[in-house]
This record gives sequence, C-alpha cells and structure tokens, in this order.
Amino acid sequence: MVLSIRSLSKHFPGVKALDDVDFDLAAGEIHGLLGENGAGKSTLIKCLTGAYRRDSGEMILDGEPISPSSTAEAQELGIGTVYQEVNLLPNLTVAQNLLFGREPRRLGFIDGKAMRREAERMLKGYGVAIDVARDLGSYSVAIQQLVAIARAVDLSGKVLILDEPTASLDANEVRLLFNVVRGLKERGLGIIFVSHFLDQVFDLTDRVTVLRNGKKITTETTASLDRMELIANMLGHELERVERKQRTAAGDQAPPRETIIRFTRMGRKNVVEPFDLTVHKGEVIGLAGLLGSGRTESAEMLFGIRSAPEGRVHDGETVVNLASPRDAIAAGLGFAPEDRKTDGIIASLSVRENIILALQAQRGWLRKMPRNEQKRLTDRYIDALDIRTPDGEKAVGDLSGGNQQKVVLARWLAMNPRFLILDEPTRGIDVGAHAEILRLIERLTDDGMAILIISSELDELIAVSDRVIVVRDRQHVSELVGDEIQRDRIIENIAAPDNRETVA
Amino acid sequence: MTINTRLYPLLATIAIFVIAYALSYTQFPAMLSTRVVGNLLTDNAYLGIVAVGMTIVILSGGIDLSVGSVIAFSGVFIAVVLRETSLHPLMVFALLLVLSTAFGAAMGGIIHWLAMPSFIVTLAGMFLARGAAYMLTIDSVPIAHPFYDLLQGAYWLMPGKGRLTLIGVAMLLTVAVGALIAHRTRFGASVFALGGGEQAARLMGAKVGRTTVMIYAFSGFMAGLSGIVFSIYTGSGYPLATVGTELTAIAAVVIGGTILTGGAGYVVGTLFGVLTMGLIQTYIVFDGSLSSWWTKIVIGLLLLLFILLQKGLLRLSQSRISAGHA
Repeated sequence: MVLSIRSLSKHFPGVKALDDVDFDLAAGEIHGLLGENGAGKSTLIKCLTGAYRRDSGEMILDGEPISPSSTAEAQELGIGTVYQEVNLLPNLTVAQNLLFGREPRRLGFIDGKAMRREAERMLKGYGVAIDVARDLGSYSVAIQQLVAIARAVDLSGKVLILDEPTASLDANEVRLLFNVVRGLKERGLGIIFVSHFLDQVFDLTDRVTVLRNGKKITTETTASLDRMELIANMLGHELERVERKQRTAAGDQAPPRETIIRFTRMGRKNVVEPFDLTVHKGEVIGLAGLLGSGRTESAEMLFGIRSAPEGRVHDGETVVNLASPRDAIAAGLGFAPEDRKTDGIIASLSVRENIILALQAQRGWLRKMPRNEQKRLTDRYIDALDIRTPDGEKAVGDLSGGNQQKVVLARWLAMNPRFLILDEPTRGIDVGAHAEILRLIERLTDDGMAILIISSELDELIAVSDRVIVVRDRQHVSELVGDEIQRDRIIENIAAPDNRETVA
Repeated sequence: MTINTRLYPLLATIAIFVIAYALSYTQFPAMLSTRVVGNLLTDNAYLGIVAVGMTIVILSGGIDLSVGSVIAFSGVFIAVVLRETSLHPLMVFALLLVLSTAFGAAMGGIIHWLAMPSFIVTLAGMFLARGAAYMLTIDSVPIAHPFYDLLQGAYWLMPGKGRLTLIGVAMLLTVAVGALIAHRTRFGASVFALGGGEQAARLMGAKVGRTTVMIYAFSGFMAGLSGIVFSIYTGSGYPLATVGTELTAIAAVVIGGTILTGGAGYVVGTLFGVLTMGLIQTYIVFDGSLSSWWTKIVIGLLLLLFILLQKGLLRLSQSRISAGHA
C-alpha cells in the first residue's frame, strides 16, 4: 500500500465530518471515492492535502506516518491534487505554471529557454502538443486540467488525487484525460478518483470506496460491484422509523386537486432536458437523483435562477414570465437552497433580520416593515418552528445547523408561498430536527401549500412525497406515484445505465 | 506562431505613443529634436521611477496610494537634514531609502497579516507620510549643496544639443531593472501569480506573505528614489509637492497596458505610458494656445480607452476559449 489511512476522524462544530474512516490505496491503483454532498469526501481529501488537521487517526505514506500542515508540505511528501476548478494561474504561461517556484535560473535570473525545454519535457507522454510559451488561460479547460496533472505528478509522484476532474469536460476530453490517468497508473502512481459520474467510475477505477455521513460504508473491487447496491450505499437509510404517508394506490382515482401552477418545457441545453411539471394544491413532490443529475438545476429553473429558453409558466389561465427569483417570489414561489451557508442565511444578521428579508424585499425598501410587526412575525415563527434561540436578535451564525435551516424555512413561510421548493432541507442537521422538519412539511401541505423537496435521503422522500420524480443524467426519467414509491423502485430508476455514449 | 494576446495592450500603448508623436511632428517638426526628447525624459524622471514601483504593485493586484506623499516627504527630509546636519547627501539618500523601504514593507505587512485591502492601508500611509513631511517643515526648503550642483549639472550633450540628464538616465535604468525583476526573477513570477489569484498562488506554493511585503517595500524604495530625483529636479523640498502623483502614476501604469486588476502587463509599457502623458504636455506647450487642463482631458480619454481595450481583450480571450481553441 502506498497510502494507508486508519481511523481518521474530523469534527466541525455540530458535525462529525469524518468518523473513524479507513482507506487504502495501492501503487498502480485507481481508487474511486464516492458519496453524496456532505458524505466526507472533501474532508478526507483536505486532511490528506494538509488543508485540514485531523482530530485523530493516522495516515501512513510509504510506511512513514505523515501529518501535512499545508498543501506545499503534502506536495513535498508526494501527494499531489488536481481540483475540479483548475487551480493554476491563467495569466501565466503554461511553462510558468508547470515550473512555478522551481524555475531554472542562470546568474540569478530565470532562464527562459531552459524553462521552455523543461516544460516540454514534462508534458511529453500526455499526448498534448501545445505551445508552452502561451498563457494557460488561452487553452481549454481539458488542456488546463492536463497541465495541472503534469505539474502535480512532477511535484509529488506518489499519490495523485483527482477531485471531480471531469465535471466540465466533454466526452472526447474525458477520453483524453482517462488515457493520461491510465498511463500514470502504469507508472505506478496511486490515484484517488473522486467523481459523481458513475459510468466514469466504473470505467476507470480498480476499487471503489463509498462514504456516507462521514463514515466509510464499503470498499469493493469495481469488477464485482453491483450498480444498484452501490447507489443504495450512497443514498441514505437513516429514517426507518418515520411514519410513511398514507397513500392511495397508484391505480385509484384520487380526487382531482386544484392546479396551482403549471410549468412546460422547462430546460436548457447542457443543463436539464426540457420537462413539464404540474403542481397541485397541498401535494409534496419528491425529486430523487444523484448529485449532479440535474435535480438542483431543475429547481433553480422553476424559481427563475436559471433561464429556460422555451419554458412557459401557466398560472391558471395566464402565462407568467418568471425571469428572475424576484418574479418567482411575486408569483408566490419560495426556494430554500441546498447550501444554506452560502445561498440561504446571512450569518451576521439576526434571526429577525433573516426571517423578514424576503418579505421586506417584496414590499420594496421604501415601505419598511414596522418594527413591532417584524417582532410579531419573528416570535411567531420561532414559536411555530421551535427555533432554539434566546430571542430574535441573536446572529443566525451562532445557531446550530438545524436551527439555521429552520430560519431559512421561516423566511419563506413568512411570505406565505403557494409553492415552496426545498433543496436538501435536512442536510447536515441532527436526527431530532430532521423529523421535526418532515412533520412541518406535512402540516404545511395540510394547509394547502404545495412543496417540492429534493433530497439524497430516499427514506425522507418516501416518507413525505405524494409522487417522486427521478432525475438521471440531466433528464427527468420517470415519475412514481402512490404504491410505486418504494426504495427499490427509486434506486432501480436512478441506476439504469445512461444513454450517453460511454467513455472508452 | 500567433502573437500572444497578453502582448496586445503593450503593442497598443507603443502604437499610440508612436502615432501621437508622428502627429505632433507633422504639426511641429521641432518636436523630434533631441532637446525635446531629453526634456521629456528629464521632466518625467520622478514620475517614471515611481510608476515602476506602482507597476509591480498593480501587477500583484494591489494599489499604493502613499507614493505621492512619500516623494514629498523624501524631498523635505533631504532638504531639512542637509540644512541641519553636515551629512553628505549620499549618506542622506541611503538613510532616506532605508526609511521609505521600511515604510513600504510595514504597509505590506499590515496588508498581508491583517488581511486589509491595500487601498485602505496605503491611504493611511498617504496621510501619515504627508503629515510627517509637515512635521519637518511647513515651508519650501531650498537645497544648497555643492554635490547637488554637481548632480544637477550632470548631463550628456546629445547630437542636436539635447541634454540627456543624470536623472533621465536614472529613470531609464530603473525601468530596465524593474523589467528584469518583474519578468525574469522568481519574485516577479510570484507577483504575477498573486495578481492572477491569491488562492491559486498559495496552492501552487507561492510565499504570499513574503511576496506582499517585498512588493510594497519595492514600491516604497522606488518612491524614495523618485523623491531623491524630484529633489534634484526642483532643488528644494516642499511638503505640499507632488499631491496626487500617486494617481498620475496609476494612470501611467494603466495607459502602459497593465491590467488594473493585476496579473498582466509589462514594466516597459509603463515607460511608454509616462512618455505618452509627457508628450501630451509637450504638445500643449508647443501649441501655446491650449490651456493646460487639456492634458487632463486627453489623459482621461486615454485611460477610458485602455479600460475599454482591456474589457474587449478579456471578452475576446474568453470567447476564444469557449469556442474550443485548444
């Protein structure tokens, strides 16, 4: 084993990001690392590359225990990383990027000719013939990615971590990249490949490790891996005791419900294939799919964050134009985004300010909401959602994850939307708060609100949804209603191999 | 091999200078004399030197607003110390350069370790240095020293009776040294790296803190050197001198083709930026009927032109990448 990790743990306030994780990487092996958002993939990588210090456990590289405290130190030890976002400098030349910090010098000055020679030597064997004297930024992302790999390999040479390297590449570029990666494997490097494209993982890797909620679920050889089982391992199974919603069987005629809003041909090239969606009063629509399948993009399109060129929105008899979140809010829509830290809450503002934010925006800044009205609303939602805070003036950043999520919910509830979109509403919150939020969803729909919920926790979707739409490879592939909403059925639909050209 | 897009702003700068000079020449043939050229270098020597420091700062994505005040402080410091003590001017120069470099280094340290924007830190430095100049004296202090007479009288008579003065040569040398540092050293590579993106630079192993301190120390050194040249040029020290020179220097850097957000540009371009601005002034002197505020209007228009050019180039290179030219 070139790299062994034993009982690695890392805590953040309120979250166990990594819990007693073991991981082995052999020389000449490509090892896939899989898991949904928050599973602990990036924490594991950050511990390896020195961006985080681990709380406990050990990491052994080539028989020596290591404990890197910076990226530079990890590089020197032999661990190189290439990220999804190319972390090189587009304003420097290819040669400058490859040799940054190690430029060949003559009489104290950088020797341009020697640098070019050296850079060309480094790129040999990568199948790219490019002018190393040009700016890196003038080349495609795929080439930049290869340059980043060449630099990482040359600097480190034992372990190469590829963190979602194919996210912005097309099929040909992926093929080029994979050939390079296979070549590096032949040279005896240990390669960790992080990706949420399952086909690529099956195609490229020798073994696969699945993480979920900071724990290692399994490590298996790719050849003996079952696709269904893999997905079942990635998706959560935490909510067995939540009561399932009472449903009528799929065949039965449920009393027709009033339509709130109807979306047609919502889609955009390279984002999501066009889909239709009719939202009825009081229903919960679940959106199931793996990370990167297009589920969040679908929601963003409904809310006007992404534009859908051919999309139309019918509100009763009239066609409304939802070109921006502002329009969507005016039409009675609400959206609680997945990453509440960056998109949802404003950590330095108080609970009250966060709750009234959207409402105030709708009124316009000139018509300031009276202070006692603000207070009344805030107290009402602190009470209704059981937000654990001493009072409405506490900064939201000081609350726990679950309570932050409730504040985001309260903001949208205060708007009294007809149709509320929740993207991963239970991500990173504790089990108690989890169940509470699900109960809250039921209560809201009893009052007639329609909710669309996106979640990686299948049991959560099964518990609350009236119907579940499965998204796979940027397409809405199927819709399950009533009795069809079962864990196995959903996984089956997610797992079907995609129609896209498979990568050789 | 096609021309690298990063060269376009520099080529544009040189083209504008050449065209402007040619236009002036058709109107006033005397403008091509070595006298005019010599004066152009002499009159703009202090600006050119300080602009070299500013180029490095802007390349790294920062800004240094303190340099105008530091030049004024330098002049006053030299004048007062020469008046009060019997130190040799060279000794005073050395003292001053140590002071101004340390001042710049201190600002760089604050910018890095307190993670403050360079704009605010150097704005504080600007007030500090100006205040320190006032503390030394509130009057214009003439410098009378035989060594100064020697420096002021040092020139090489070019053919055509133009004078290539010592301070003019000093500026050209500074540009050459600045270009070597920016483009041919590891420090220079780190400056460009910082300008390209601090996060990426750090991940690539650049020593961000050390580089930041060195950048502002370099700018401080150049401001001190510019102050010495300015004191030779004017023969006095005055705390109210060179107000706003930092902004003129920034304008020269941008007209010289360096991108204001950092990461791309050439030190040589800054020389042409300075010369272009000097050329406009010379033209107005030659014309005689134009008021001096026309200088400012033309500089304003040139700045606008370059900002638009930079935006245009950015669009161009982005559309190229998305078109998939690999």
